[in-house]
Amino acid sequence: MQSVGTGATTGARRSAPRGEALPQHAAGSGETFARLLRSNASRLADRPAYREKHRGIWRTTTWRALARDVDILAAALAGRGLKRGDHVAFLGENRPRLYAGVAAAHALGAVAMPLFPDATGPEIAPMLRLAGVTHAFVEDQEQVDKLLAILPECPALRCIVYDRERSMRPYRNPELVSYAALVEEGRAAAERSGDLVSRAIEAGDGGDAAFVFLNSGASGASHAAVLSHGGLIARARAAAAAERLSPADSTIAYLPPGWMGQAIFAYAQPMAVGYCVCCPESSETLLSDMREIAPTCFLTTPRMLDTIFSQVALRMEAAGGVNLALFNRAVALARRLGRRRLAGEPVGAAERMSAALYDAVVYGPLRDALGMSRVKVAYTSGDAVDPSILAFFRALGVNLKQLYGTTESGFLVAIQRDGAVRPDTVGAPLDGVETRISPDGEILVRAEGLFLGYLGDGDGRSVDAEGWLRTGDLGSLGADGQLRVADRAGDIGVLACGAAFAPRPIENRIKASPYVREAVVVGDGRDGVIALIDVNTTSVGRWADTHEIAFSGHRDLAGQDRVYDLVAGVLADINAELARDPATAPCVVRRFALLPEELSADDGVLTRTGKIRRTVFAQRFAPLIEAAYAGRSSASLAAREAEGSMAAGVDEVKIRDAALAPADRRAA
Amino acid sequence: MNVTTAIQAATRAFAIGGPILELDSISLRFGGVKALTNISFNICEHEIRAIIGPNGAGKSSMINVINGIYTPQEGEVRFRGERLGAMTPQRAARMGISRTFQNIALFKRMSVLDNIMAGRTLQTRATFLDVAFRTPRSRREELESREKAEEIIEFLEIEDVRKTQVAKLPYGLQKRVELGRALAAEPKLLLLDEPMAGMNVEEKQDMCRFILDVNENYGTTIVLIEHDMGVVMDISDRVVVLDYGKKIGDGPPEEVKRNQEVIDAYLGVAH
Repeated sequence: MQSVGTGATTGARRSAPRGEALPQHAAGSGETFARLLRSNASRLADRPAYREKHRGIWRTTTWRALARDVDILAAALAGRGLKRGDHVAFLGENRPRLYAGVAAAHALGAVAMPLFPDATGPEIAPMLRLAGVTHAFVEDQEQVDKLLAILPECPALRCIVYDRERSMRPYRNPELVSYAALVEEGRAAAERSGDLVSRAIEAGDGGDAAFVFLNSGASGASHAAVLSHGGLIARARAAAAAERLSPADSTIAYLPPGWMGQAIFAYAQPMAVGYCVCCPESSETLLSDMREIAPTCFLTTPRMLDTIFSQVALRMEAAGGVNLALFNRAVALARRLGRRRLAGEPVGAAERMSAALYDAVVYGPLRDALGMSRVKVAYTSGDAVDPSILAFFRALGVNLKQLYGTTESGFLVAIQRDGAVRPDTVGAPLDGVETRISPDGEILVRAEGLFLGYLGDGDGRSVDAEGWLRTGDLGSLGADGQLRVADRAGDIGVLACGAAFAPRPIENRIKASPYVREAVVVGDGRDGVIALIDVNTTSVGRWADTHEIAFSGHRDLAGQDRVYDLVAGVLADINAELARDPATAPCVVRRFALLPEELSADDGVLTRTGKIRRTVFAQRFAPLIEAAYAGRSSASLAAREAEGSMAAGVDEVKIRDAALAPADRRAA
Repeated sequence: MNVTTAIQAATRAFAIGGPILELDSISLRFGGVKALTNISFNICEHEIRAIIGPNGAGKSSMINVINGIYTPQEGEVRFRGERLGAMTPQRAARMGISRTFQNIALFKRMSVLDNIMAGRTLQTRATFLDVAFRTPRSRREELESREKAEEIIEFLEIEDVRKTQVAKLPYGLQKRVELGRALAAEPKLLLLDEPMAGMNVEEKQDMCRFILDVNENYGTTIVLIEHDMGVVMDISDRVVVLDYGKKIGDGPPEEVKRNQEVIDAYLGVAH
């Protein structure tokens, strides 16, 4: 999902396949997830399908057991009125029971709609209404409360299945049923209904809708894209073939299931290939769970990689002494070698020797500590990754690659192939996927497995008469067949001086600093670039502790002059880099400010996948941006109303000049 | 938490029952110092009962009387209608009374898991020899204890620190572990001595939620001593107010809040 959301794309839109519009098949053809599960159950039988760490122990669900559970669940859901073409919502973390629910919905020919577990009720309600969701699987009481609160707005919703029974005892709502109770219902129903589920599976067709995913809506409102069984399976197979994935592989699922990428790597591809999905105990235990499992393939995001790198760096800093010195040298070498290998330059014998040495004492143990010692392939997707982070992990010996795709294009569009991983490309298109660049520079995709359309009046991307989808991303296709993605079409701007301005590469460089959590640069139509930076409370807090700076929270920390000094140092390095390249020299960051509050998806500034909504951001921080361009040294900003805080008022935010690179200074 | 409490008020998982613990005219003296003077109140099954009061009001003494650490000179304590003669902490524990302490009393060098399993001691029957020779009974009991401990770890959301030494944990988390150890004994009555003392707002909110959840999911009767009036008023069913060892108020939070004597004791009066 390099870029998703809706731009100004015009063109005919396909009507969405609503439940009632779906044709009834006597016996469907093509592959469906339900048929894949049946074949996995006989082919892979007692191999693990899902593993979940629960109460300290990894518990395995085999393919055979999964298929049996899914049959029972499907019988129960049929008993509760779920029909072909209905929509089922999923609201929770990655759990085997959530994915069993998806498979049960698929068995009956219903469409699964995974949502982001941290989405708020008002965000969810329009989507449930739009799809006419009748049944929902939720994780716990928190999610139940969310749905009960919006129940009046969603009249079609009549069954809510909850997984965790904690604190659910007082609830008496007729819509609610626990997962355990549903399974009991299913056992009884299966006896009564005979081969109802088998017949429903027979009737399924590869062209039927399987999932509805919300695109992140980074440039506007989210749209609900519909994807088919056959399309998702074909792409999952093509991607697996490129990496030679097999049932012996395993992955760890920790990103929100509402994100299409996670749903593919925790459901679609495991179904198609037969590998095992491991669900960590909680997000806090992720790193230790990952070490125990040591997955062979996984999907991650640039933000996650930043976090992991920052954590490692901070822990090493805390260790100090010889360890730190060794680590720093190893990292420097890793970055140097990684960069050179990514650029295809030769590496000398001496450096190869020291790399082997560091592998024994630093990289190997580090890979092991991160749970990456068995990784065959790791993908980073969802956003462009900073080249230095990519180089670092690759030099560690982790086969980290970029993966490109959007919700509408079926997510798996291009991946970097072994031996051809370069920081500036996102790899070559998968087998069966054609890509082309439109005259105005937009990436077009034609393949099996493009979305079938949006639900409702979604007015976004569309597929033209020849089957080409406009992705909304600008890019180029090299003679080497490698796809390069520049930026989201709407984000590319022009500075007042006429120079092109692509915000994301600059932001990614700033974000690569362990002290920065989020960075937004502004410059389109302006006189130069400014940066608004959200500092990482944990790492800057620790830095402040060691430098004996007292602070009382994020707001206070982000207002400290010495923290401004710290960030100014980070920016000076980046400006020097930017100034070196004539193309980016006009984009050096001239001024910056530190945001008093952490950016959050709850007030709409970030999408649920953690991307900036630039229009919302520009509105929210308009006074600060204007003050920065007016050359003032501070600006007043209305504080977000914090829960339970009476001190909601006005923040006085300082604005500073960033150190310009020497070359730029001469020019000025 | 608002939705939860609204639902709780409507239909409570465990309806409040009759009195399970009655304190009748309790007086406690240390030499010439009167710690508690003629105090009577009761605690009903499944309720959250708070004891509040300014510093030195006798709150901890009250809990120590219930727990059997102090024996009052006058008055009697009845647990489920049965008069308790000489109460001892061991006896209290066997009767289903668990507690936490104002100053955390954990085994600092042991892991979170081991601390919580230590709370299971009274639930096990294995003898020293059983454990030494790892007889089937001791192994079975250890597995049971581990399962119960893991259930509590999940309940209190401390999975990420289960193998961490307690001494290395932040204060707020240590308090949670202590609650976990008390829960491991599967108590009928849980005594919490200032569970939120020294916590920041966020930690207090977490602790409130866990206290409500314990009451809600296990039906445990909870007696808690607390300093922070706001917290107490939010989560307790009934409140006893002590001042200088005397009871000056008793009733539901809204009623106690309006009590002039209570207001005077907390805010001070001009003499």
